Amino acid sequence: MTDRTEQKPSETAKDATAENAAADIDANGRIDWHSPQMLARLRRRHAANRRMKFIGLAAILLAAGLLSILVGSLLKSGLPAFRQTFITLEFDLKPELVKPDNMRRGKWRKIVKEGLLRALPEDMRNNRKLKRKVLKIVSRSAPYALRDHVMKNPHLVGRIIPFDVLASDPYDQFNKGLLPEYVGAGERKRPNPKLGGPEVVRAFRVLKEQKRVSLPFNWGLFFNADSRLPEAAGLAGAIVGSFLTLLVTFLISFPTGILAAIYLEEFAPKNRFTDFVEININNLAAVPSVVFGLLGLSLFIGFFGVPRSTPLVGGMVLSLMTLPTIIIATRAALKAVPPSLREAALGVGASHHQMVFHHVLPVAMPGILTGAIIGMAQALGETAPLLLVGMNAFIPDISNMGITEPATALPTQIYSWADSPERGFVSRTAAAILVLLGFLLAMNTLAIWLRQRYSTKW
Amino acid sequence: MTMTKNRDITRQAATTNDVASPVCGGECKFITRDVNVFYGEKQAIFDVSLDIPDRSVMALIGPSGCGKSTYLRCLNRMNDLIDICRVEGTFLLDGEDIYSGAIDPVLLRARVGMVFQKPNPFPKSIYENVAYGPRIHGLAKNKADLDEIVETSLRKAALWEEVKDRLDAPGTGLSGGQQQRLCIARAIATRPEVILMDEPASALDPIATARIEELIDELKENYCIVIVTHSMQQAARVSDRTAFFHLGRLIEEGPTEQIFTAPREKQTQDYITGRYG
Ligand SMILES: Nc1ncnc2c1ncn2[C@@H]1O[C@H](COP(=O)(O)OP(=O)(O)O)[C@@H](O)[C@H]1O
Ligand SMILES: [Mg+2]
Repeated sequence: MTDRTEQKPSETAKDATAENAAADIDANGRIDWHSPQMLARLRRRHAANRRMKFIGLAAILLAAGLLSILVGSLLKSGLPAFRQTFITLEFDLKPELVKPDNMRRGKWRKIVKEGLLRALPEDMRNNRKLKRKVLKIVSRSAPYALRDHVMKNPHLVGRIIPFDVLASDPYDQFNKGLLPEYVGAGERKRPNPKLGGPEVVRAFRVLKEQKRVSLPFNWGLFFNADSRLPEAAGLAGAIVGSFLTLLVTFLISFPTGILAAIYLEEFAPKNRFTDFVEININNLAAVPSVVFGLLGLSLFIGFFGVPRSTPLVGGMVLSLMTLPTIIIATRAALKAVPPSLREAALGVGASHHQMVFHHVLPVAMPGILTGAIIGMAQALGETAPLLLVGMNAFIPDISNMGITEPATALPTQIYSWADSPERGFVSRTAAAILVLLGFLLAMNTLAIWLRQRYSTKW
Repeated sequence: MTMTKNRDITRQAATTNDVASPVCGGECKFITRDVNVFYGEKQAIFDVSLDIPDRSVMALIGPSGCGKSTYLRCLNRMNDLIDICRVEGTFLLDGEDIYSGAIDPVLLRARVGMVFQKPNPFPKSIYENVAYGPRIHGLAKNKADLDEIVETSLRKAALWEEVKDRLDAPGTGLSGGQQQRLCIARAIATRPEVILMDEPASALDPIATARIEELIDELKENYCIVIVTHSMQQAARVSDRTAFFHLGRLIEEGPTEQIFTAPREKQTQDYITGRYG
């Protein structure tokens, strides 16, 4: 066949049958399965097969490649944030500095500074320039961390105690090799100003030689609340906020969605009104999420007075989004239940509602749960509607979070961190995205597992 | 579903049939008169009147698409489930009009059990398959009672010996023939008076088919059985009376022997001699 016919498969097929019919079939009506035309046709069919396979494989490789570029770049910038630089120092808790009767007024900065200087050799300790800037090595949160530790353990006052303090963000980055010691090139090469000067870098090197600098797994990323200091900032508030928001979403959309779907699929009369409802549910699933955010802002907050920035209003807005997903998934799952099962139930005299609740629903449940989990996973990653209802509050303390308290969620936390200029937040943003992807992956795995584990075997 | 036929006619039919019908010899389980069934605009059954005697097997035969299943499903109102289906005519079960509202369809289906073409056990345990009907109809006073119903039903369906050690196993794990007997046990469990069977053996191998036929032979001692079959041999083997349908009409009905040896109608003759169908 020529190229022209290759491009027009329908014509090819017609041509082939017309022109080859006579050649393949002899006068007796017997088919010659080995005629050149027959073999050529067979070759073309196999070639088409191979072409299809190749195109499919290429598409999959392209998709896999793009995905691995995405995940790869996230891992590259995010993985360092899963470890955090700590410095082990001895602190002299002199009563006159600690002020045991009111530790909040204690001179903690001074204690930390002395702790740092104690660890350094004589000449450095007396360097006045270093003395002024040595605190650059540790996080500005270090004095508070030490204070909280001592307030919890008052018997330590008067002793010299070892304690791990966070390194400051520049020194954390420096320690991970992400921040260069010098900036500029050639003539204009100079010490990196973020590190506070060559003498501070030298002091840090000494601490490192003394094995005081460690780089353990960063539990703080998961268990710390948010902070203005990247080295101290964690996702605890966002995780709790996302959990509370999804809880609200689930409690609203799961029962409502399932009941609506059951009614529409099993009980509603088929008329114009139910057709209209059905079309609108499908449309609802296609509405951009930011619109739901605006609706939530004007309706839930503006009209009903639901408190702003709270998981309650966030969950309400997200349930508007998951509701159609759950309704559609549930209806599909109900539709997939074989009619023979319905007949079996009705055949022994089950009423309509017994048929639905005793037989159809249990069989449809894995599909329904799968749909619900996928809807929840979508909701977990949704950002725009949450920003619109103000769910990107700064939560430096997670002790009093609740569904009616201001909160943030994982995607909005990512959004806030991505907006922060500090270098530490760059890798923390990537790390937070990885955490979010981890949660999504876990939820989707759960959905697949549920479907395989509980789907009915016929 | 609408019943357009006048209720008065229904009542009349009921009273006239209190007098023993010649067909049933005084024991008619079902009396159906002037049955017309429509799927939307399309009529599937035309003016069928048929009497079905108790404690015997009535076979419905005829070529594919002639309305055997449609007629059968009218007898326990399974056609109610099909939105576009409209049933007209009179159906009397023991003289009671089953479409009048005097009998709730839910209770009707306990009294008129059904076995389908493809075995369709619930995806639940064997025990639960049989126990479900009695439970929803409140036929068992307690667990022991229910156990007994399950056992007797499975025994009557000739399945007990094969499954008594694995009542908790899923019913869907049985072989095709066993599944169909489980469905028969499930139908029996609600103590029906009539059992409708729509080609119950068409999905089974010959050995399983033979077991089902044996079973039908035993069950007719106590039940009125209406069986649709596409196999004339099967009709000849298991039934006492046979009704031949063609293009939605009842062509001929009579004792099975007579239908197969001396049919009155030429169409019947043609069908049973294999000239069409
Ligand atoms: N659910 C349905 N909707 C529309 N037409 C149907 C339906 N079921 C059966 N029919 C039609 O009714 C006629 C009789 O069907 P059926 O009773 O199933 O025949 P049989 O069981 O004798 O093969 C056929 O023409 C079929 O196309
Ligand atoms: Mg049929």
